[in-house]
Amino acid sequence: MASIGKIVRRTFLIGSAAIVGGVAFGAYYVTRPAANPLKPGEGEAALNPFVLIDQNGVTLFAPRAEMGQGVKTTWAALIAEELDVELDQITVLHGPAAAAYYNTAMIGEGLPNKGYDISNFQHNLAEALGVIGKVLSLQVTGGSTSMKDGFVRMREAGASARETLKQAAAERLGVDRSQLTTEAGHVIAPDGSKIPYPELAMDAAKLDPVEAHLRDPGEWRYLGKNLPRLDMVGKSTGTAEFGIDVRLPGMKFASVRMNPKLGGSMKSFDDSAAKSMPGVEKVVDLGDGVAVVASNTWLAIQAVEAIEVEWEDAPYPPETDAIFAKIAEAFDESPNSTMRDDGDVGVMPEGATEITAEYTVPYLAHATMEPMNATALFSGRKLEFWGGNQAPTFMQMKIAAAANLDSEQVEVHTTYLGGGFGRRGEFDFGVIATKVAMAMPNVPVQTTWSREEDMRHDFYRPGAMARMRGAVKDGKAVLIDGRVASQSCTHQAVERITGFAGGGPDKVLVEGLFNQPYAVPNYRISGHIADLQIPVGFWRSVGNSHNGFFHETFMDEMAHTAGRDPLEFRLELMKSEHAPSAGCLEAVREMSGWTGQTPDGVGRGVAFTYSFGTPVAQVIEVLDEDGTIRINKAWIACDMGLALDPETVKAQMFGGMIYGLSAACYGAITFADGEVEQFNFPDYDAIRMHTSPQVEVRVLETNRHMGGAGEPGTPPSMPALGNALFDLTGKRVRTLPFADHFDLLV
Amino acid sequence: MLTLSINYVSNPSFSGDKRAMATSLTINGTAHQVDLPDDVPLLWVLRDEIGLTGTKFGCGVSACGACTVHIDGEAVRSCQIALSDVQGEVTTIEGVGSPDAMSAIQRAWVAHQVAQCGYCQSGQIMQAASLLAQNPAPTDAEIDEAMQGNLCRCGTYPRIRAAIHDAAARMKEA
Repeated sequence: MASIGKIVRRTFLIGSAAIVGGVAFGAYYVTRPAANPLKPGEGEAALNPFVLIDQNGVTLFAPRAEMGQGVKTTWAALIAEELDVELDQITVLHGPAAAAYYNTAMIGEGLPNKGYDISNFQHNLAEALGVIGKVLSLQVTGGSTSMKDGFVRMREAGASARETLKQAAAERLGVDRSQLTTEAGHVIAPDGSKIPYPELAMDAAKLDPVEAHLRDPGEWRYLGKNLPRLDMVGKSTGTAEFGIDVRLPGMKFASVRMNPKLGGSMKSFDDSAAKSMPGVEKVVDLGDGVAVVASNTWLAIQAVEAIEVEWEDAPYPPETDAIFAKIAEAFDESPNSTMRDDGDVGVMPEGATEITAEYTVPYLAHATMEPMNATALFSGRKLEFWGGNQAPTFMQMKIAAAANLDSEQVEVHTTYLGGGFGRRGEFDFGVIATKVAMAMPNVPVQTTWSREEDMRHDFYRPGAMARMRGAVKDGKAVLIDGRVASQSCTHQAVERITGFAGGGPDKVLVEGLFNQPYAVPNYRISGHIADLQIPVGFWRSVGNSHNGFFHETFMDEMAHTAGRDPLEFRLELMKSEHAPSAGCLEAVREMSGWTGQTPDGVGRGVAFTYSFGTPVAQVIEVLDEDGTIRINKAWIACDMGLALDPETVKAQMFGGMIYGLSAACYGAITFADGEVEQFNFPDYDAIRMHTSPQVEVRVLETNRHMGGAGEPGTPPSMPALGNALFDLTGKRVRTLPFADHFDLLV
Repeated sequence: MLTLSINYVSNPSFSGDKRAMATSLTINGTAHQVDLPDDVPLLWVLRDEIGLTGTKFGCGVSACGACTVHIDGEAVRSCQIALSDVQGEVTTIEGVGSPDAMSAIQRAWVAHQVAQCGYCQSGQIMQAASLLAQNPAPTDAEIDEAMQGNLCRCGTYPRIRAAIHDAAARMKEA
């Protein structure tokens, strides 16, 4: 294995940064290779930042957070497909935090287009903007972007490495490269003899990289197939290493308590009882909280709970009602954005029936199964960090700042993530672990949060409200005028990352509301930002998580007002607007045997959301079982264009749906006295085995552009359930969670 | 909403010099001597003292099942068993099978590609193994009953169910 973290000059840019339409963002900078973070040791060759070959074999780097979405396997498959190596003969590592591992797809997502109507020009522009990700060292796993990002670049990395190895073999054998082939980690000579890649690696490293054409999809051996996931054996035997499993010689265990009045500071604390408790080594004053270092995590938790702390108040209204009153006030201010304004919503079409509705959804916690934790070792001039995280370069920058070090002095080791959902794109748990480790120089310290600390110190999905006005005429929607209000998680995140207040139109706030593929002639969507200081962040599917509920519950209400079947009502508006979206609706209609009629005791609802480039339709069926309502079945159809691993896509689709149903049924973070009122799973429950529906997923592949998989399954689940509950009971609920309004099975 | 009494708050606090004598434990067939206070939960003995990290911390209040182990073959939540209350042989996920020698249930888990983030799966497998030991051919309703204490935020339930049925078939053939 190469020593990591230093920079070698010899590297090459994978793929060109072709600029379309004359847009140029510093051509020199974007075409200059990002430094290769892999420093090959003796007898090793790093052909590019994604392929390392040494005497032990081939190592591929998949520098994206593996949090359950299968990215490690599919990313490796993209490289292996062109490199001609067997997946069971290689090692796949996450690798260090490095600018070379920037995400090209993330920035393109920020363009103010709807997505589904993207032209080839806009698509290319987004690709070109992707290079900004490199300039910003945007090594991030999020926004359902990994496959869009890696699809071309990683195949090019594999192909170029393969051709360079062949060139080295050609020079050794005195033949032309075109006479050679490759198979299973070997170059095959014209006489059939085989040279293993490791034997060629040192020679290949001396050559200029060779460019290569990508193979036709018809030749693919891995992509488009169901591959055995590389992490599956480890995760079935307890041997996969999560952040919380990192064990180092001489390691100590810590736990932390921060102000439950979020963002408030600490007045004082009394640690006299804690200091004498068993196993306790040190109490650490973090300034805005306290930590205890002990010989055992549980002993550390006991002791940190025994510290008496006086906290300052939070900088937001202390009660939930006042918080939502503040969100509602945002409607009175001018909008932050109006990203769709078709026709004229100011004029009611003659003969149309008007309908209005107001919806409210609560704050939500991420509640990853693995509580926040990280391990750090501080040795004065260096800091090593271990933990699951979704943004290693930002984490490196943040913990370097906390430790008064340069980024180069911080080494980030990214483990498996016991759930991310957006939470592990934050840095607080890394910064806290760093501060604790700095109090114990030369001792590795793992800082683990109790579940209660985790639940009560999240960057929550913001609570949100929508005011929707629409009109139907002759069985069709002719007007939609929607407004959403919530805190801006984008502006907050920008401030946390850069230190400067975020500004400008927030597309995330209105995504899922302004960009739905319905042909409605008068259609306006505005976003209003509520001025509140509650910590908010990116929660699986982000703005779509509330806007999907708002838009699709309202579509259902309009369909019923129009006297139409809610599936046909949507389909009619969608067919001319975006065929792949209509295809998803038609698929769930067929899969579920949708007739628009349900017998007594059965309710069915349909919903649709286009998000992260992927249209998803869902039908959910609920049953009344002696007064208790159970979610019985679900049908999902999605279309992301090309599904690189269909079974992994299916897992993301039903997993995303269940994550959304958990929130729809039970999820609510509420506030009293400035503190979050939920502590642990008994008061923030989720779907479990007995409350989970039977599910069938169909993966369509007609979309022209590649869409994401990790998030699009979440948004339509909540309105589909609400629409099913309406079908069953006749009761329309416009406020989540549903358990507050229905007797759901728990 | 439920009001939650947090386990570790309700525990009696330690007196400063209270140190237990070494306690003997048998874990996965190996004897261990542990020098920790009596009321340290088995979970934290396994993870931080013995170094068996396959058993996971999820909630600390017996609400998620991530910490499930067997004591004399029965599934228990190791976050709720104090060190001094451990009577019997402890089996953890590491004792069920290893990557090179997986048990039938682990092979079924791999065959069905159950895990997503994977953090809860040790506990899921330990709970399912206990179910299958008592009931070699569980129905869907029996799986619901046995597995509802094990939370999975990734929502892998459909594949857990399929893997349990498959493991039952594999164990019948064996």
